[in-house]
Formats: sequence, structure tokens, C-alpha cells
Amino acid sequence: MERAWRRCPFVAAFLVAAMAVEPMTSGGQTSQPDELRQELEEMKEQLRRVQEQMKKQEAIIQKQQVVIDKLTAQKPAAAAVGGAPPPPEQVQAAAAPPTAPAPAPPAPTTEKPREPWSPSQPITLLSGARGYMNISFDALMDFGWSTTANVTAIETGDHDPLQRGFTLPNEEIFLDGAVDPYFKGLADLVFKLDENNNTDVELEEVYLTTTSLPWNLQTKAGQFFSEFGRINQQHPHAWDFVDQPLVIGRMFGPEGLRNPGTRLSWLVPTPFYSEIFLAVQNSQGETAYSFRNSGTEFFGRPPLDRTVRNPGDLLYVPRLVASFDLTDSQTLVTGASGAFAPNDSGTSTRTQIYGGDLYWKWKPSWQAGGFPFLAFQTEALGRRFEAGPVGGAAPLPSQALYDWGIYSQLLYGFTQRWVAGVRADWVSSNANGLPPADRLAGRFRWSPNLTFYPTEFSKIRLQYNYDHGKTIPNGDDSSVWMQVEFLLGSHAAHKF
Amino acid sequence: MNVFARLLVMILVAIVGDSSLTHAADKLKVVATTADLAAVARAVGGDDVDVTTLARPTEDPHFVDAKPSFIRIVNQADVLIEGGASLEAGWLPPILDSARNSKISPGSPGRVVAAQGIALLEVPTQLDRSMGDVHPQGNPHFMLDPVAAKTVAQTIATAFCAVDHARCTDYQDALGRFRAAIDGKLLAWQTTLAPFKGTKVVTYHKDFDYFAERFGLEVIDTLEPKPGIPPSPTHLTELIPKMRSAHARLILIEPYRERNNPDFVAEHTEARVLVLPAMPDAKDTPDYIALVDSDVRQLAAALGEKPARP
Repeated sequence: MERAWRRCPFVAAFLVAAMAVEPMTSGGQTSQPDELRQELEEMKEQLRRVQEQMKKQEAIIQKQQVVIDKLTAQKPAAAAVGGAPPPPEQVQAAAAPPTAPAPAPPAPTTEKPREPWSPSQPITLLSGARGYMNISFDALMDFGWSTTANVTAIETGDHDPLQRGFTLPNEEIFLDGAVDPYFKGLADLVFKLDENNNTDVELEEVYLTTTSLPWNLQTKAGQFFSEFGRINQQHPHAWDFVDQPLVIGRMFGPEGLRNPGTRLSWLVPTPFYSEIFLAVQNSQGETAYSFRNSGTEFFGRPPLDRTVRNPGDLLYVPRLVASFDLTDSQTLVTGASGAFAPNDSGTSTRTQIYGGDLYWKWKPSWQAGGFPFLAFQTEALGRRFEAGPVGGAAPLPSQALYDWGIYSQLLYGFTQRWVAGVRADWVSSNANGLPPADRLAGRFRWSPNLTFYPTEFSKIRLQYNYDHGKTIPNGDDSSVWMQVEFLLGSHAAHKF
Repeated sequence: MNVFARLLVMILVAIVGDSSLTHAADKLKVVATTADLAAVARAVGGDDVDVTTLARPTEDPHFVDAKPSFIRIVNQADVLIEGGASLEAGWLPPILDSARNSKISPGSPGRVVAAQGIALLEVPTQLDRSMGDVHPQGNPHFMLDPVAAKTVAQTIATAFCAVDHARCTDYQDALGRFRAAIDGKLLAWQTTLAPFKGTKVVTYHKDFDYFAERFGLEVIDTLEPKPGIPPSPTHLTELIPKMRSAHARLILIEPYRERNNPDFVAEHTEARVLVLPAMPDAKDTPDYIALVDSDVRQLAAALGEKPARP
């Protein structure tokens, strides 16, 4: 359409005329009304012709577009695999105005020709709409020092810093995409280096999600993080702190609550957002830490290796979550979760874990780049553990034991790319004195931190931890950790 | 478990009691990610549609929070209009996953990707993040170009017709009116800005490229050294002499941008800072044409003034 301007010299004349007329009409000076009227008539006629010409050109462009669409549709697959996008130049040349405002050349031949592919060119893994699968690699690296030499005495997670010096606690390959019109699939493979620099591999999550069930239902099947609270569903790179909260370590162990199973969720048709989840998962192993976990001794009871006798021996994780937009710039999310399954301390003993979580975020209507913001998050968890009887030299009765904990964190994205945070952690129990008592003794932690996000694909974080409690060597500990992250490939959008 | 069962019952009671949901109006429920798309959808849909916008018109559309309330809105949508070209890649996918609405699944008639049919500028021939956050499909900020808006209106009308056959003629008529209105205005806009053809400007982000192309401005650089990277001192010290020698007249920024860097650059060059909304706002610019009208007028007024430092 822009070419119309160049091809028709009368358009330029019209413009000059229009500009000449503009100040006169606006100034109200109509000294030569007849001449002016004549000019106006001329202009109308010219306008009509210009519009006609524009319509013709548009029709041509649309026809060209159809042809181009057909052509590009025929060969996108081949082009995409090679790393080269379908040639947009012709499309651009046809429909878009030329880049330079230079007046002379009639045909827009100034478009840069696409460079041919050469073997030396890096092969680009395509993401987003261009491939069948999103692929990404995310690496977390920690470096730091603590006053105790035994870092595992203060950190509870497998993806936390493990030692003085350097730790690579979580390097994950993340694959996801639509399987077919009915399912989406996701795989998360985690590699990490242990203290002796051996590589551990975890099939952290592998599941499919339905996309087209009726009645607002959705199911998930495979191995997945149970939808319990907020942190348990997040991967370490999405955490706001270097390490996992103490209460999560107490209840769900170093690996978080995740196991093979299935989950049904219902998006409730309320005026506000609310959703109900129910997961049924296997109840054994270190990823079901508080349940049939034969690897860990609880409250002085040597673990039995219980089998699944009936459906009640599986793990059940219900969750209810609701969200409210308090104002245009404030959102609140509240949730209640439970996890119920047998434990290995007796032949018919069970564990119940309850949790409540709350998240509040302020993000003003003039945010740029996602900043500024203020976000508060807290989770409180309580566990009832039915401990079985123990005979022999040190007999223990059958008893119910309780422990609980809470963390609260406040994050302030004070300027673009910078986030300051502080977290308070507290855990306690009524099981003091039971061997191994120290594992469940009360603890407290303060963690201020500062994170710099150069882009969404990298971050540099500095965190200080002050730990206090009976289980801490010397009663208290100070540690400083630096964390660096990089992400290659597509960046999966974060949930709220 | 008992607690959950009780809550379930309470919620069910709430739903049955809420008649506004069970007897929704006969209007087509349209959800647009941004306010510019919503404005075009209103122009095409008129009274037959009920348009909800997700992102606030005043905020950066790349970095919208995926609020849970959006899940519920998208869940009930008959039509979802997104800009596409990865504009919403940072926040829309988790909403769509949770919304479980097959009416708006990719490829469905209810899913409108506005970028389809637009010849996008700046399509990278090579994907490399060291060049910043370059969108693989091209620059997604095309809505300020009125000709692109016409194409988007066409795309939206096609979708409305496919979803709601009964009122197709309404949509086609409204489309015709919208296109005619744009055609009628376009020449006036171009005439207003014709004296400034070739004027060199700098933008904050690559938000005004289509607008500049349409109206003959030349964007010589951005305050961001690379897309998505905030202005750095190194970049600004290079940019200032460049702008001086090119006699750049304006620094175009969106309303949500910080002012320190634009003001600093303006102080050291002959350029002025002009805050130009890219989204219609209910108060001053109720619809799409009013938005472009206002932007063109502001631009002409700013360019009509003498340079700050001749």
C-alpha cells in the first residue's frame, strides 16, 4: 500500500495541497472561498482515486498472501528441522512498507537476502511454536562456606549446598510439549554431583496431563511432585532461596514428596478461582519420606518393610486452593493440603500431614519487566506420626507423635532485575528425647538474600543463613552461599 | 478428608446459588490478552460480545503475572485472542494448561493468534540469546500499525463467524465499518505526519517499529542495548553521540517505562521524551482509533515544536 505513495505523483501533490490548506482552514481565513472549494473538490476526487488504488493493492497483497501461505505451509517441516525459519522476506516485501524512507526505488529490493545455511553455523534447537517439543537445560551452581564443616547438618535438601566450597546440586533437562490432541507430556531428568563428585541421575518427574476432559476435570499420571502447598510443587530453579525451607525437609525429606501415581483435579465453577486436587500415589521410598520409607528410622522405631495390603495403603494427597484479586494490583492465593498414608514404624501405623499456605503479591499497574513487586509467602505444616511399639532391650510404647513447622518469606523486587528477600524458618516437635532425638529437635533459621537476574535465563544470588538449634554443631551456625543459574533453551513460564 | 468433603458441599451450594454463572448472557465470551486486541475485538463484536482483557493496559505486556483469576476467565471463554509471536510466552501457557478449555485449544476456531497474517518485522534468521530476548517469530508489537489492525480485525471476525454463525453478518458488517473507519482515518494520520517523514527517533524497546514504518519515522536505535536488557551506561554513551549526529528528535517510550534513562539521554541530545501509550485506555482513548488518533496528534505536536537544542 505504501508503494501507492511512490507510484502516484499526484499523491505528493495532494499532500502538499493538504498541508497548504491545513493552516488556512484551522486559522479560519477563507479569503478565496471559491478557489478553496474547487481545491477541496479536487482533493476529494484525488482521495477517492487514492482509496481505490489502495483497495486494489490490498486485494493483490491478499492474493499474494494466500499464495505465500500455501507455499510456506508446504515446506515448514523441512525448513524447521534445518534451523531456518520459512522465508518471511517475500511476505514482508509484499505487505509491509519498505524500511527506508528514501523516495526513489519503486520495488522494495532492499530486503537483506537470507543467508544460506552453512555447515559451520550452529544448529539451533527450536522452541515454542516451531517444534514438537520444548527442550531446556537448567544448571544451578552453589558456592559458599559455613562455620560448621558438616554442611549436611544444617541443610536438609538434596538440592541444597552439600559442602563447603562448590556444589552442583541440580542440573536438569526439561522436556515438554503436546503429545496429541488429548495429552501433554513432561519429563524432567535431574543430574547432580554428590560430595565425592559422582553423578546421580534422577527421573524427577515424568507425567502426562489430559487436555480435553469434560466438566473442568484434568488428570495427571506418572511420577510427579504432589500438589501439596507451594514449594513442594516447584523445581529448585524456581525457588526464591538457595535451599529448601526446614519444615519441608522435615516433612518431605531431601527429595520432596513425589511418587508414581495419578491425580485428578477439578476447576470449581466459582466466580473466583478455586481448584480441588486429589492425588493417589505410591507410598514408599525416600520420596515418600514420612510414609513407607524403609530407609529412615523414625522416633527410635526401626523401619519395617510393609507391603501394600489394600488401597488404603497408598498415599492420598488432597488439596484445595482458592485465589482472590484483592485489588487491581494485589492477589491472594490460599491453600489447604493433606497427605495420608501408612508409615513403616508398625504394622498398622499411619502418618497424617496437614498444611496451610498463603501467598500474597503486589505488582503495580505500571510494572515494567515484571518490577517492582512485593510478595509474601508462608506455609505451615503439621505432622501426626503414629509410632508403633518396639520391644526388646529399649522398649517403646505405641504412641502418636507430633511435629510442626512454618516458614515465611518476603521478597521485594525493588528495581528492575533486583530482588531482596528474607525468610524465617522454624520447626519444633513434642518428640524430644526419643532417639534419634536430634533429628526432630527445635530449630530456627534466618535467611536474608539478594538476587540479581541479568535476564530470565540467568541469576546470581547471595544468601546468608543464621541457624540456631540443638542439632546445629556448636548451637548456632552462620553460612554464606552464592548461587548461579543458567538456562538454555525454552523458558517454561512460571506459575503464579 | 471430612473437612474437604464439607468444603466441597459448601462450594456446590455456592455454585447453585450463583445464578449469574448458570444463566450467563447470550453474548460471546471473548478474552483478549492485551487491551489493543480487546479494542479491536469490541469494534468487530459490538454488543454481541463480552470482552475481557487479561493484562492491564498500563503494564508491560511481556511480564504479566499469570494470576489464578485468569484461569477462571479463560476457562469460560468462547474465544481467546492472543498477540502471538511469543509476546505472552512468559505468562499465558500455564493459564491455558490450567484452564482446560478445548474451545480455545491451539487450532480451534476459538483460538485467535493475531500475529497470523501479519508480515512480522525483524524475524531473526538465527536464534541466539546473546542478542537479547529476540522473539523467534519476529517483532510482536504490530498493533499500533492501523493496517495491521485491519488484518487483525479480519482474523477476529473470521473467528467470531466460525464460533457464532448466527451473528456472522453482524460481525462482517462491523468489520466493514472498522476497516472503512481506519481507511478514512489513515490518510488523515499520514497527512498529519507527512511533514515529519524521515524524522529520526529512538525508542526504549522495539515497541514502535511498525508504527514508525507506517508513518515514515526512522527508528535509529533503542535505549535498550539489546531487546529486554535495560539501558546500560556503555550503551548510552554510544547512543548519545549517535543521536546527536543523526539529529534524532524524539525518544518514544511506553507509559510504564522508567524515566531516568530517557531523561538523561534527552538532556544530552536535542531529542525530547514523548510518552506514547501503545494500549487503549478506558479514560482517554476508549477505542483503537482514538488511541492511534491520540498518538498521531501527540507525535505531530511534539515534532511541530522546535528542537530542544538546535
